[in-house]
Amino acid sequence: MVRSPALRRFLHHPWVLGVLGILMVFVVWFLTTSSGMVDKLFLPGPGAVWQAGTDQFQQGILVKDAIASIQRVFLGFVISAGLALPIGIAMGTNLTICYLLEPLMGLIRYMPAPAFIPLLIIYFGLEELPKVMLIFIGTFFFNTLMIMDAVKFVPSELVETALTLGGRGLPILTRVVAPFIAPQVLDTYRINMASAWNLVIVAELVAANEGLGKRISLAQRFLRTDEIFVGLIVIGLIGLIIDLGFRFLMRRACSWAN
Amino acid sequence: MHLQVSNVSKSFGEGRDRKLVLEDISFELVSGQFMALVGSSGSGKSTVMRLIAGLERPSAGTIHLDGEQVRRPGSDRGMVFQKYSLYPWLTAAQNVAFGLSLQGRGKAEIRERTAYFLDVVGLADAARLLPRELSGGMQQRVAIARALATEPKVLLLDEPFGALDLQIRESMQEFLHDLWKTTGLTALLITHDIEEALLLAGTVHIMAPRPGRIVHTVSVQLDRSDLRHLRVSQPFLELREELAGRLRSLDGSLL
Repeated sequence: MVRSPALRRFLHHPWVLGVLGILMVFVVWFLTTSSGMVDKLFLPGPGAVWQAGTDQFQQGILVKDAIASIQRVFLGFVISAGLALPIGIAMGTNLTICYLLEPLMGLIRYMPAPAFIPLLIIYFGLEELPKVMLIFIGTFFFNTLMIMDAVKFVPSELVETALTLGGRGLPILTRVVAPFIAPQVLDTYRINMASAWNLVIVAELVAANEGLGKRISLAQRFLRTDEIFVGLIVIGLIGLIIDLGFRFLMRRACSWAN
Repeated sequence: MHLQVSNVSKSFGEGRDRKLVLEDISFELVSGQFMALVGSSGSGKSTVMRLIAGLERPSAGTIHLDGEQVRRPGSDRGMVFQKYSLYPWLTAAQNVAFGLSLQGRGKAEIRERTAYFLDVVGLADAARLLPRELSGGMQQRVAIARALATEPKVLLLDEPFGALDLQIRESMQEFLHDLWKTTGLTALLITHDIEEALLLAGTVHIMAPRPGRIVHTVSVQLDRSDLRHLRVSQPFLELREELAGRLRSLDGSLL
């Protein structure tokens, strides 16, 4: 079909194909809405969504909402990630701690985090704390158990080599275990960051004064589907940027693992 | 240097699951000696090495190094594993420096010794490469340099060339022999390869499996001035065949 090898190589580049996939959806979206087959109230065109987006941006709502949501996600996730690291390492290296905590965490992990929202609102009211707590609950147990697994897969030879070179105690942890699990830990964070984003939106749908999720639920009340689309697209974009950030960090910090 | 392994037995598990893997192992190793333990899988030869390294404790018997009982791992017994021998996130030079920096030696000394031992194993040019950029043989040479850099009294080699292609294996055997001649190191080699043991070691212990025990010991007196030639020489092949026959009969009695 495509004759020129250079062109074919260009078309088969993962980035080009990825952008092509996204463009395809836009084209279908544009054609469906511009043909007039669908009521604009249900499915606004790309132009209308863009307009709603720039309106929100100019009023300053968009940035304020995004910052509110990002703050919640980061606060909850930093606490979760920061606690999961030492506890996960402790569980991965010490059998007693592992036997003590793994069943407990395995159990809580399967309780859907959004089911905690009513309880959190009763305990902590409607301010920031319940939302941060929700993100913590929804990611901490996954983070911990995945880090524990990473530690368990450290080849015993690497630890034993350090022992036979005169290493003992803490240096084994900081100089053998930590560097070995670093790529998996970053990947764990990257994956669970996605659930943190899901949860912040859920929390905001239930109760919040601002935030991207709150904006979506307000838009629903006034049948502003264009604003709902703005919210969805912005949430997706921020998530994608964070994901790419983690990938970039991993490539830079753990180039040996690629 | 005097390593004394006296009546060492080792079993794993408890109660009815208790399994004897080593029974009454005794031998001595002195400075400059190159010794090999040969046996099929299940002969417990790796366990002997782990006991000497201090990674396991004997169930009975004692291991003494220069009169002191071995109770835990230490840098006086350097070890080279078959797999995962290098830290994949460190360059060749950083791997060699790893033990030295664990011991808290000065920066200048670490740099100097690292360069020296990389040179000893012929990899001065590869100092800044990561393990994945090195061939299997080069990786094992770096691992040997790292073990030597902390000046162990004895070098423990656990099937160090077991994962390498035959040709690289042969050149690594020649490399190790030259290294032993030039540095006068003391080495204990674990291998399932009789040829490898006979080429390198002055004393070869043959181990039988289930439970692991030393059944035969050979003192090898061969002209090692040219290993390539030695491999195909008549006395070498005869000795190899004799020992191979012994190993076969040990395995055969189990079938």
